[in-house]
Amino acid sequence: MLQSSEAFVGNAAKGMADAGLQRALARAKPQFAKKRQAAVDRLPEFEALRDVAAGIKDHVIGNLDYYLGVYADAVARSGGVVHWCSTAEDARAAVLQICRDAGAKRVTKGKSMVTEEIGLNDYLEANGLEPVETDLGEYILQLRREPPSHIIGPAFHLNREQWEESFRAHHKDLNPERVFHERRDILTEARGILREKFLTADVGITGANFLIAETGSSVIVTNEGNGDLTQTLPRVHVVVTSIEKVVPNVEDCLALLRVLARSATGQDMSVYTTFSTGGRQVGDLDGPEEYHVVLLDNGRSGMVGTEFQEMLRCIRCAACMNHCPVYGAVGGHAYGATYPGPMGAVLTPMLQGIESAGHLPNASTFCGKCESVCPVKIPLPKLMRHWREREFERHLQPAAMRYGLGFWAWFAKRPAMYRLGTRAAAWGLGLLGRKRGFFSTLPLARGWTGTRDFPAPEGDTFFAKYAEFVRNK
Amino acid sequence: MSRDAIMGAIQRGLKRGPLPTDQQAMLAARMAAHHRHLVPARGQLDLAGRIALFAQYVEREFGTVARLENLQAVPGAITNYLAGQNIAPSIVVSPHPELEKIPFMDKPMLQVRYGVASAQDAVSLQHAFAGVAETGTLVLPSGPTRSTRNNLLPDTAIVLVHAADIYACYEDAFDRLRQAGGMPRNVMLVTGPSRSADIEQTLELGAHGPRRLHVLIIDGPG
Repeated sequence: MLQSSEAFVGNAAKGMADAGLQRALARAKPQFAKKRQAAVDRLPEFEALRDVAAGIKDHVIGNLDYYLGVYADAVARSGGVVHWCSTAEDARAAVLQICRDAGAKRVTKGKSMVTEEIGLNDYLEANGLEPVETDLGEYILQLRREPPSHIIGPAFHLNREQWEESFRAHHKDLNPERVFHERRDILTEARGILREKFLTADVGITGANFLIAETGSSVIVTNEGNGDLTQTLPRVHVVVTSIEKVVPNVEDCLALLRVLARSATGQDMSVYTTFSTGGRQVGDLDGPEEYHVVLLDNGRSGMVGTEFQEMLRCIRCAACMNHCPVYGAVGGHAYGATYPGPMGAVLTPMLQGIESAGHLPNASTFCGKCESVCPVKIPLPKLMRHWREREFERHLQPAAMRYGLGFWAWFAKRPAMYRLGTRAAAWGLGLLGRKRGFFSTLPLARGWTGTRDFPAPEGDTFFAKYAEFVRNK
Repeated sequence: MSRDAIMGAIQRGLKRGPLPTDQQAMLAARMAAHHRHLVPARGQLDLAGRIALFAQYVEREFGTVARLENLQAVPGAITNYLAGQNIAPSIVVSPHPELEKIPFMDKPMLQVRYGVASAQDAVSLQHAFAGVAETGTLVLPSGPTRSTRNNLLPDTAIVLVHAADIYACYEDAFDRLRQAGGMPRNVMLVTGPSRSADIEQTLELGAHGPRRLHVLIIDGPG
């Protein structure tokens, strides 16, 4: 996809001014949090399971080379083929070659963030194939030529009128006078159109939520059933996935599944959780004849052993963005990257470089909510802080910011002076702003007052108040 | 070669070469032991409790449940269910030996075809390998007697499960699958009918898979 993380600041402002997006966010945000909490409340073991899940992922990362080797051997034993790919280019080329060898024209796709990461659709299209997204949300985005704005609810930013408008514009064979009375009519139309695509596709591409080393299985999780139709009906099934998705055995996978759906959609279990192992076996009534796994690295191996290693635990549930106040204000497109929100703010600089993605780890209030809901306990604020440090070390921020930070650091390292200074400022600003209670402009603070008022301090600093509290105790 | 490059980068990160053979053996033993992690207590009930919880969760996830005495009751139950939903009495049935024993001739109005669903089939009957009480989940493996298409293409999926095959947790079902010969090509864990909330975060049933999931629990033997 087109990366535009450099433009985050401008994009964020655009997102906040977009009335349609704000309507969608207002609708979705409370739902995400409420549903997850309800699922967590229904399972007393949930908190303990988060530790189990994090432990499994750490165990895998510490032995990642071994488990990948075992996995690849198991895939080969089941009759499948693993295509190891260091880069996005390698992965795109591998998928195209498989499609060409299969003489494919039409390719159906289940939802896969890794195929977004490698920009697969544009590439296949440029090479004469017809990739068709079959997840309902991904399908409308493909019609509208938009990237997903969320990793599990890719089109939640769209409103009903936009769905209807796009369907009318693209489904030209249908009666133009038709009326969409309710949402279900939109769904039914998409079901009819995509059913035809499922039945006539030559190759089906899915992602994988997990790869099981012992058995060589890939696991997908969907609610629509589109992933299953994609991988069951065509002659060739291609799994496009990445190296950190491997787990040792089924039991490890089940433990992770118990936290995945609850964290993602607030379901106890998604509707379809499917384990695929190789191609059609002797006597099987259906299923693909060929089974391929395009196994992507794209910078992940370079995270092992670094301060960003914990990010490899991520199981892509989206709980972090669902609970993020920044994501909730600006939406997913503002990030200009495949992966938005807190997990994206850590992953994107790894995938595309901190030079262009530096804004993302800075787009956080460090409120810590993301870490508190993460099913595999990734310390996201800490990892974002590491990126800020790297950015500072490499002199990537503007000079004014560096001088400002330097000045503040000098001041902060001298506590007596710092307290006196802040106390004087609080007192002075309190006095000046007493009448109105806020400032609409302040010297050196245009970044703040340009878009909102600055509240006038009501009294003393925290330190002074605390000292007073201790004295009176 | 990419494989060597990826493995090399991981090993550099882990600050070691390939894992020593004794440690490889330890990890292989861990994998083969199929140690269970924390399993939620809620499914750990006696058989009656498991059946009740299974049925409750199927219904909570928008499926429907009928409890039947034995296979003889199946044709009548299916005929009644389809009539109640106003669906034509025609079904495609997976060629499972259990399902082949069902006396469909008792209901001549019901058109029955054993085999694999095509796009025209509106109703399927599948045989579940197991049910899981923990979340009301059906375990549907592929194989010579069970078609995966039958779980997906028809608008209405009817699934038969024996009460005795309803387990506390997924782990129990996978143990049984291993005893039955290992991982089939495809294993679907199905919890309720197909759905999507992609349009304005509002749940609609019947996205691409079945709109209706009807589960027949057979209490008695055979």
